[in-house]
This record gives sequence, structure tokens and C-alpha cells, in this order.
Amino acid sequence: MKRHLLEAADLDRDDATLVLDTAAQIDQALAGREVKKLPTLRGRTVVNLFYEDSTRTRISFELAAKRLSADVINFSAKGSSVSKGESLKDTALTLEAMGADGVVVRHSASGAPHRLANWVRGSVVNAGDGTHEHPTQALLDAYTIRQRLGRLDGVRVTIVGDVLHSRVARSNVGLLHTLGAEVTLVAPPTLLPVGVGSWPAHVGYDLDAALPKSDVVMMLRVQAERMNASFFPSAREYSRRYGLDARRMAALPDDAIVMHPGPMNRGMEIAAEVADSVRSTIVEQVANGVSTRMAVLYLLLGGSPQ
Amino acid sequence: MARSPDPARSTPPGSAPGTLLSSADVARVVDRMAHQLIERAASLRPDDGSDQADGGLADLVLVGIPTRGAPLARRLAARIEAFTGVAVDVGTADITLYRDDLRLRGVRALEPTVLPDDGIDGRLVVLVDDVLFSGRSVRAALDALRDLGRPRSVQLAVLVDRGHRELPIRADFVGKNVPTSRAQQVRVHLAEVDGVDEVLVTERDAE
Repeated sequence: MKRHLLEAADLDRDDATLVLDTAAQIDQALAGREVKKLPTLRGRTVVNLFYEDSTRTRISFELAAKRLSADVINFSAKGSSVSKGESLKDTALTLEAMGADGVVVRHSASGAPHRLANWVRGSVVNAGDGTHEHPTQALLDAYTIRQRLGRLDGVRVTIVGDVLHSRVARSNVGLLHTLGAEVTLVAPPTLLPVGVGSWPAHVGYDLDAALPKSDVVMMLRVQAERMNASFFPSAREYSRRYGLDARRMAALPDDAIVMHPGPMNRGMEIAAEVADSVRSTIVEQVANGVSTRMAVLYLLLGGSPQ
Repeated sequence: MARSPDPARSTPPGSAPGTLLSSADVARVVDRMAHQLIERAASLRPDDGSDQADGGLADLVLVGIPTRGAPLARRLAARIEAFTGVAVDVGTADITLYRDDLRLRGVRALEPTVLPDDGIDGRLVVLVDDVLFSGRSVRAALDALRDLGRPRSVQLAVLVDRGHRELPIRADFVGKNVPTSRAQQVRVHLAEVDGVDEVLVTERDAE
């Protein structure tokens, strides 16, 4: 495995499978235990470097690191030296001087984790950079699919919504393709990126046509700031054409599942009754996030530092 | 066959390379260990008056250390059942995440950790492994057990004790004591994993 996890393409099929298998073993080992803590990363330091607001991803990484007994330092841009104008590089050098073994970074600028990886000796894990990638989200999604459906090879995954601005979609297309799944993107033409034709995925504009051929439907969050930026005429129209409601859910094959990376807008891209149905894996995804990130931290930080 | 290894015997030059135990030898050794476990379970049964009929075996849990400790534990349980008619609980505890040599030897894939439904609290746990060498795997297994519950007693059963301990750990049940030099390797092959039952001593040159 590579030393950093910056994008889905850093994982080949064997690496990705190793992460998922490791997460499954960790899950099984910790199930029903009173002491949900392992000594594996004792004495290692993980810095959560968050330049963008995030609740679930930061907490998930923090919990993952703590369950492996690493020391965790949370650094958020607000109320830190960043608000005094410190550059990413200077912050990185500071962390380096303090001896961070791993840096988990979220940044609004695509590519920030790549830059960071050149400045620090520890492993860098991308926890979301701009509209680029969010590889651990893709790993936990793949883990959830495999857990529910028992396989990834040949699974038909339909990703619906704002693909243009979605790092979750980008990472998922890459990773799911690596793992042998068949990905279809469904979105209004204005919310598909230029060059989507070269992605390893089918592209469609009609959700109703895609649903009967989907084993997994992954709904992307409609980001509030996009609603007013003329990417689509109105929230109601978006919801009618691309929202997943009970009627559309009924068109899915019997064992199909519904996923959402969260936080979701109930009533917008996903109806409340769909989000709360037995097909929905939204709560499992959160739980799986912790074990998947434990697997990533173990595999990146557990061994010798080069 | 000595119960505990004599330090003077486990120093170089070691055993001659070759097959130490054949398939029939492994079966015989496993049978003997199963009998010893039955006796031990009887002598260590809880004195609360319960479960007297099964000779304390209901209290026993065999916990295999992957990779080869796991099938070994299942075999011991099968032999105990064949001798007594009592089905003994079996589990596996992966110790990878508890090892102290990950930094030296790098990370590796994990194996399953599965405990019986009743857990291990208050029970007689016997850790089962194929080879006892430095004792570091056993130390890691003891740490893992501490997180998994609180057994009444923990004992250790190994198919082969090859000496060279680096920690104050000894086995309670030993299939065979084998004097080796540090340069040698002891390889246990089990049908479940390797397709054949045998124990080999080789000079370390493969790695």
C-alpha cells in the first residue's frame, strides 16, 4: 500500500480489498465487547487538520484513532493560527516539528492534501478536498455495499445528484470501478462535470429508467448554495425529477439498498420515508465509517515509518 | 515426555533438520493433549457444585491463535468430544492488533476473532497455538484476552515448544519439546491450512 491515502486511485484492487477485509475483522473483533479499544497505535500521534466544517467525518476519524489508542490532536481552522494568516505549509511544518505520525486533512481547496503530503513525513489521509476526492467515504460505502449484498463484483450502483461538486461521487466512481462494480451516474446535465465521458461510469439523465437496473442507489446531498446558483430551476423541480421518494423506491429490485453520505436534506433529494426504510443504510454507513477508518489508520500507521 | 522444557536441552546445536512429527505422530500428540485437557478441566472445575456431571468441561473454552492455533483448537475440541461426549466451546482470538513487533515487521492482514456466545468471563480458557518460541505471541494473546473478558483461569497449550523464550511464559500443555537453534525454523503444517499434517525442522534460509 502507498504511504498516503489521497484519492481512490491510490488503492489498487488488492489494497482496497485488504482495507475492507481488515475493517470486517476489526468489526467482528470489537462486536459485543465492553472494551472497544485496541493498543495497536499506542504512542502514535494523529492530527485531524480540518480547514472545513465537518462533524461526522472528524468525529469518525477521531473515534477511529482513539479506538486504536493513538493520541489525537484536533486542529480546526477556526480559532487557530490559520485565522491569523498562517499558510498551509507553515501549519504543516509546525505539525511535522511536533512529530505527527498521521495527518487527516480536510480542505476546501482541491489538491491541498497532495501538497501536504510533500511537506510532512507522516502519512496523509485525505478527508475531503474541495470538489476532488473523499476516499475514506468511498471505502465505507464499498464496505457497506459488500456487507449488505455480500459482493461488489458486478453490483450495479447508481449515483444520483450533484456529481459536479461531489467529491464523494468522484471517489466512489474510482473505487467502485476498481472493485468491479458497475457505476451509473444520473444527474441534470448542468450538474455533471466536463469530461465525465472519460470516467469509468455510464451517464444518464433519467432516474426512473435507471432504478429498475440498480442494486444500489446512492443519493448525493444537494448543497444549499447550489440551489440558488441556477444549476436547476427550483428545489421543487429537482426533487420531482431526481429526488428518491417511496414511489420511486418501489421500482427498485427487491434486495436493492439506498445510501446517502449525509448530512441529508429530507424531502429534497431523499424522502423521509425512504431514509427511514429498511433499504436505507444511512445509519450503518456512519458505524462502518469508524471501522473502515480504523482499518486505514492501522494499515498506514501500524507498520514501520519507512 | 517432559511437561516443562529443560533450558539446557533447548540450546544449540538443535535438532537435525527433517520431519519431526509425521501425520500419525500429530494425531497421537493431539489425542494425548486432549486427554490432558480433560484431566485438567476436571481438577480445575469450579467448586460451586454446578456442572459436576461433565467433569468441568462445560466451563472450558479453547481459544486458538490464528493461523494454525485455530484449527488445532477445533481438533482438540473434536477429540475431547470423541473421548467424553461433551462438546467443548471453541473460539479464535486474532492477536495482530496486539503485537509489539508491527513497527519492526510491518502490518499484516487480520484473521477472525470469534468467541463462544457465552463469552469467556469466569471460565477456564486454554489458549492454543502451534509453536511456542519467544512467547511474544502469547503475551499479545493475554492482552487480547484481557479486553475480551475476565476468565477464571488462563492456560496455554502448544503443539511444539522450541525454546528460546524472551518473556517469562511457559506452556501448561506441550505436544512435543524440541531443542532447536535460533537459526532453525519449526514449521507446523495442518491439513486444514496446508493440506497435510506434519512438523518440520528446517535451517533458516527460505526468508
